[in-house]
This record gives sequence, C-alpha cells and structure tokens, in this order.
Amino acid sequence: MQWRWDFMWEVLPRLIVATGNTLLAAGIGYGIAVVLGLVLALAQRTPFKPLTMMVREVVEFIRSTPLVLQIFFVFYVGPQFGIRLAPWTAGMIAIGLHYASYLSEVYRGGLESVPKGQWEAATALNLSTARTYSRIIIPQALPPSLAGMGNYLVGIFKDTPMLSVIGVAELMHTANAIGSESYRFLEPYTMVGAIFLAISLPTAALIRSFEAWVRKKLGMTR
Amino acid sequence: MTDEDLSQYPLSLTGDDVPMVRFMRVTKSYGELVVLDSLDLDVAEGEMVAVIGPSGSGKTTVLRMLMTLERINRGVIYVDGQPLTHMAQNGSLAPANERYLRKMRANIGMCFQHFNLFPHMTALQNCMEAPIHVLGLSRDEARERALELLGLVGLDDKVDQHPARLSGGQQQRVAIARALAMRPKVMLFDEVTSALDPEVIGEVTSVIRKLVSEYNLTMLMVTHQMGFAKEISDRVCFFFDGKIEEQGPPDQLFGNPERDRTQQFLSAVLEAG
Repeated sequence: MQWRWDFMWEVLPRLIVATGNTLLAAGIGYGIAVVLGLVLALAQRTPFKPLTMMVREVVEFIRSTPLVLQIFFVFYVGPQFGIRLAPWTAGMIAIGLHYASYLSEVYRGGLESVPKGQWEAATALNLSTARTYSRIIIPQALPPSLAGMGNYLVGIFKDTPMLSVIGVAELMHTANAIGSESYRFLEPYTMVGAIFLAISLPTAALIRSFEAWVRKKLGMTR
Repeated sequence: MTDEDLSQYPLSLTGDDVPMVRFMRVTKSYGELVVLDSLDLDVAEGEMVAVIGPSGSGKTTVLRMLMTLERINRGVIYVDGQPLTHMAQNGSLAPANERYLRKMRANIGMCFQHFNLFPHMTALQNCMEAPIHVLGLSRDEARERALELLGLVGLDDKVDQHPARLSGGQQQRVAIARALAMRPKVMLFDEVTSALDPEVIGEVTSVIRKLVSEYNLTMLMVTHQMGFAKEISDRVCFFFDGKIEEQGPPDQLFGNPERDRTQQFLSAVLEAG
C-alpha cells in the first residue's frame, strides 16, 4: 500500500469539518466537567455526611469504570428505562460526567491546599460560607488546580473518538466512514493522528502560560 | 455539647456592671484532653487583658473560643451581656445556631500569629472585602474606611500591594486594619508578634499601643512578650494547665507574683529572654 497524496487532499476537507465537531464535543464536555466537577468537589466538603459519602462513592465508581462503557450505558441502557437521548446528548452527558469525576479530584486537592488559617480569617471577618468559597477559597485553589485541569482538557479532547461508537460524527467516526467507503485507511487515520497532534501540543503549551498568567494576576508570585 | 443543665446560666447579663466579655464555667476538651477547665473570666469594657502562660496552658484556646473558631463543651460565654455560644430559645439557653453566631461574631475581631491575609487581594482589598459583603457598605464607604485604617497603621504607601510583597510586620499591620474595619467591640490578638523578625516587632506593638491609648476597645492579647504585656495591659492572666493560676495588675503579677508556678514561669521566661 502506497501513500496517496491526491487521496489525502480529497478527504482532508471532510476531516477538517469533522475536526469542528471534535472540538465542539471536547468543549461542551469540558464545560460540563468543569462546572459539575466543582459541584462534586464541594458536595464532598459539606458537613452532611450521607451526601458526602454518596458523592464519594459515585466519583469512585465513575473513575473506576471505562469511559466507553459509560457512553454505551447512557446511550443504549437509557432507552430501556424510557430515557431516549440523541447520540450527541448521550455522549456529552457521559463524557462530561466522566471528566467531572476526575476534575472533582483535582479541585479537591486544590481546595485542601488552602491553609486552614484562611478559613479562620474568613470566619473572624464573619464572611458567609458561600462568600468564603467564592471570594477566598476557590481563587486560591485555582492556581494549584490549573495543571491538572489542563491535563484533563487535553485528555477529554483525545477521548472524543470514543463518541464514534454511538455515531457522533467527530473526527474518528469520519475517518472510519472514509475508510469503509474507499478501503483506504492509511491516509484518513494518519491525518486524524496529525490533527490531534497539531491541536494537543500547542494547547498544552498555552495552558502552561495561562497558569503563569493566572498566578501573576492573583498576585501570588513573589 | 453535653447534657449539661443550661438553666443555671442567665439568659443575659443585666445590672450596672455588665462585663464586655464573661466566660462562665467554660470547659473545652479534645477527647480526653481537657484544655480549659471550668474557666471563669470577666473582661470589662475598654480593658486590655494580657494572657500569658506556657504552651499548652490553654491561653490561645481562650481567644479561639471567643472568636467561635472552637466550640465549647460546657459553660457559656457572654459578650456585651448577651450569650455568644448559646441563644435564648423558649425561655432557656440552647446551643447557638450559625445564624445567631454570625450576628454575635460581629462584636469580635481577631488577629492571628500568621496574619492569615488573603494572598490574592491587595492590602486595600483585604480591608474592604468584609465591610462590603458583611456590613453592606458601599464600595466608596468601604474604601474610605480601609484607607483611613491603613493610614492609622502607617501603611498609606502600601495599600495596593499584595501580601507577598509586604514584610511580616507590614502584613500584621494590614491584618489589624482589616479586623478594625469591621468596628468590633472586642479585639483579640493571638501571639501577633511571635512569627515576626525581632526588628519589626516594634511596628506592630506601637500600633497596638496606639489602639489602647486612642480607642475604647476591649482587648485580649495572648503574648510571649512580657515587657510589652507589663507596659500595656490593665491586667495579666497567667494560665497554667487549663486554669487561671494567677491574675492581677501587671506591676503586681510581674513584680510580686504570689504563686510558685507564676514565679517559676516568669523566671524561666526572663532568663531565656
């Protein structure tokens, strides 16, 4: 089998369109994970023990089972209980939830890294718990969480091909489709790898400079 | 909390001589370890009380309980005649809920050994945060008040600096301004000079001196600086083993201590210092 440049140029536009879907899926999924992850992390810090333990178990369960199983589960098992979801919706729920449980661990580490004295100062100033979190604790938990958050941003992006199993027309799904139409897999798969690489590498670099910028912005550099 | 009979404590303190702070048979323990044992302590309005004693004697716990950072196991603390740790409920006292604590906490301000400034905020922002969000001041009012207090502690030129760019002495002065911005009736100083380099201790003690002479604040100060305690306080309490072993005016306690333990402690401290 020979590499065919003409074939590559022919299928590239379809792959580029699909890249848009991949980025969209990663973006929406990450958006869900960032917010829901914080909710899961904060829920584990409430004084209400049953809730704390339940959330802890859910997070452990999600982290200990494969993402692709969770995608299948939401998409195929849901309808048997009357919950019918479009591939996109099911995919976003599954991947968002999966990464939320990972991000909740990142946040948990960040929140725990804030010294106890900060809580005591906030109490002495009579700030409410909500205000203490939003103004004092979370801003300080953010910088130590950014590296982990960045890793999972790249991670969720690289995991979007799993959505192809339920028919979300992202990059991998499109490459598969091209392959089965033309019986040529070399060019589409190679291009998929190249596109992932071309996005992942600069993203990782961007995250590092963003991290430095946030620290500076918060006045936390000496 | 225990099954203590709370009906033995008054719902509020009345009369001519209501102290600003009253500890009434207050006990605090962590498991088996009793940190404070049935403590009785009154602090009058405008009084400056220095709390001294060996480490582990419970002196810092006194301040932390008054700031409601620690729950007490027995007894009741009153502030300005009203119960702090408890609240009136159906004609008797019950443990205070969070809402009541928030109301009562407004009377008290505290400065910590390690300053505990908010590192992501400037000195000015540190002093404006709670006045805006707790007292409901407008941004301009809070700013004016914060600038005035930062001026009082001698930091006019540092208002826009983040804590990381300030020295320990400067950070502690910001912390004092931040606490004062809430206009508390009682100020607590928990070893505020212990984490400082010797050459900047004076910056902080001179601010406290100024507060004593110019404001009618009630103050409790846990300190290891015997000279400062002697100079500035109206009364000194020597804590030993969860109890007040001896208390009295500074001249008497430092000059002519009655109890053996006080003498031993003072001679040990003075020798070391």
